[in-house]
Amino acid sequence: MIEGIIVNTLLKGGVYALLAIGFSLIFGVARMLNLAHTAFYMLAAYALYTCTQLLGLDPVSSIFLSLVVAFLMSVGTYSLFVLFRLPSIVSIILSVVIALLLVWFGTGFILGMGENVPLTKAIILPVVFSIFIAGGAYKLFIDRVREHHVTVLLITLALAMVFQEYMLLVPAFGGHYLGAPSFIPGYWEIIGVKVSYQHLLTFGAVLLVLAGVWALLSKTKLGIAIRATAQDTEVANLMGIDVSRILLIVMGIASALAAIAGVLVAPTLVLEPHMWTSPFVMIMAIIVLGGLGSIKGSFVGAFILALVEVLVVYLLPQGAFLKGAFALAVMVGVLVFRAEGLFGIAFEEEKL
Amino acid sequence: MFRRLLKDFQGDVLAIPGRLIALIFFLLLFLFPLLTQPIAIQPFLLRVLTFTNLFVIFAVSWDLVSGYTGQVNFGHALFFGVAAYTAALLNTHLGWQPWVTVPIGALAGVIAGVVMCLPALRLRGPYLSLVTLAFPLILIGIIFAFTDFTGGELGISGLDRISESRTVDYFISLLVMLISVFIMWKLTDAKSSLVRTGIIFHAIREDEITARASGINTIRYKLLAFAIGGFFAGIAGALYAHIMRIAGPSTLALTLSFEAIIWTVFGGIVSIYGPVLGVYVLYPLMELLKTGGIYEWRFLIFAAIVILMLLFMPEGIGVWIRDKIERQCPRCKLANIALRRTCRACGTSLH
Repeated sequence: MIEGIIVNTLLKGGVYALLAIGFSLIFGVARMLNLAHTAFYMLAAYALYTCTQLLGLDPVSSIFLSLVVAFLMSVGTYSLFVLFRLPSIVSIILSVVIALLLVWFGTGFILGMGENVPLTKAIILPVVFSIFIAGGAYKLFIDRVREHHVTVLLITLALAMVFQEYMLLVPAFGGHYLGAPSFIPGYWEIIGVKVSYQHLLTFGAVLLVLAGVWALLSKTKLGIAIRATAQDTEVANLMGIDVSRILLIVMGIASALAAIAGVLVAPTLVLEPHMWTSPFVMIMAIIVLGGLGSIKGSFVGAFILALVEVLVVYLLPQGAFLKGAFALAVMVGVLVFRAEGLFGIAFEEEKL
Repeated sequence: MFRRLLKDFQGDVLAIPGRLIALIFFLLLFLFPLLTQPIAIQPFLLRVLTFTNLFVIFAVSWDLVSGYTGQVNFGHALFFGVAAYTAALLNTHLGWQPWVTVPIGALAGVIAGVVMCLPALRLRGPYLSLVTLAFPLILIGIIFAFTDFTGGELGISGLDRISESRTVDYFISLLVMLISVFIMWKLTDAKSSLVRTGIIFHAIREDEITARASGINTIRYKLLAFAIGGFFAGIAGALYAHIMRIAGPSTLALTLSFEAIIWTVFGGIVSIYGPVLGVYVLYPLMELLKTGGIYEWRFLIFAAIVILMLLFMPEGIGVWIRDKIERQCPRCKLANIALRRTCRACGTSLH
């Protein structure tokens, strides 16, 4: 049983770490709680399903394609909704690109995959969707919603809802429970626990990506700039760092991390439009536990909460229902004793 | 005495268009069952408006905790759900009547508010929001784990009705809503000479350290805000359980917490009329979309409306309308109708 707990913790914790680090990066640099983060994880998983099941591509090219699609969609949406500090030409080009991408994506899905779908619905739906995104974006560049914190939060939440409902409306996905095939079938026995190759692949890829992120953040000039911006945006700006460029890059990295997580776990999960909510809650707990904006904290927090989850499932009756409750209770408990999380920095002006 | 009341009424209600509109709106709500008598779907409309009234209480109580006091609460559904489950358990197991269970449910909401506030006292900003988010989710986990007592996913059903007819249900919810909203409006009124809470809540939101430095026991007032919020959300939750005749996990769901935020921000945060307007626009709209032929599109339409409204009116539709119809006098800070060129009290030019 102990072996099972260890192996499962590592597998789960890795995926959580990927998602939480992306979220944490965005919070650190943009000071914004991005509730749509895991929606892009869902999008990536669906993109993978489309590529392998509906388009019949081979695993390698479908992984690549779905990563690219999810990445473009998330960066495009972020740049529209959040980064309205960009020069207007860039933003207009980005909004056109994202609109075209959505129209192509949506119409293709509905025409190619749905059965007996009227042509009008197939075209109107993506067009309305993208006009609404592009139109909203246009207005956003003028109105500075950024100052209204709760408003930004609500917009990201509404975005996540839009994606969820979009997936429900596409007939090929609908409200069905879907599954993508493993990249490599079969399993391997490690210390008496059966671990499928898919899980191993996921874990290996997670480690690789995390190592890459760590190297980027600690060794490169860009990484130093990112961390400096996260520490103090104004001073970083005074030091000659282009803060809006850093913001865009961080959004890109975070979206890529979410997309990678989504593609990697898609074969091991049931795909449904509400699949973004349960990791969303866990990630919230993880980053609060680790300390908002702290990369190390999110990494450690991910494994701690994964361990709690796995322990509860293994040891308690009805554990599957209680795992979230216990993980959240651990978070609340830690915060009561350490108000800034495990590795969070208590900023002087934010301290009480 | 009577003449003075009349004068106050003229000066404080009739002269301010926002209040006049609110008065007419509430009068229309009282006449609503009468006015819609000939319409075939009247029972449905009454039902929708009954729930609208309850959610108004819920949203306004969120605004009191998070808008006025600035403790952004992501788990407001906890108070609603705790009260709903308390009322349901007392009613089905002990057979207590609604007029007992609803106040006890509200008290349970107060207790939930105080319990949630205890870790929240040390936390601020996003930490506070995320910790409050955790509480209802923890409770949902517990409810799912002990299904024989709590009913699990199906919830507790078969509660006593509040009354025999939908019209009476409607009037009860309307009255409770009016009284609750009035009390919360008075409690948050920064200009009030009777209660200090309004100005202190504002002070805590604007700058907690300064508030503390000026001798305000901020901890006590934060606890008070959570307790008041819990109380009114609890009333709404317990009434909801009795009118719906079921208390299920949906009363604790994340969606409900976020709906309170969406309604309030949509209408205008840090204003009592904002959440009232937000709920009265958005909730019936969602219910009507449910019945139309575009059932599956409703969330998309909802999200689109919310995003577009927030982009065009980031302060909320209520504040936007108020700024259009009212103008504050630069000298005596008195609200005037936007048509006037000079202030009605001091004659200063408003342009």
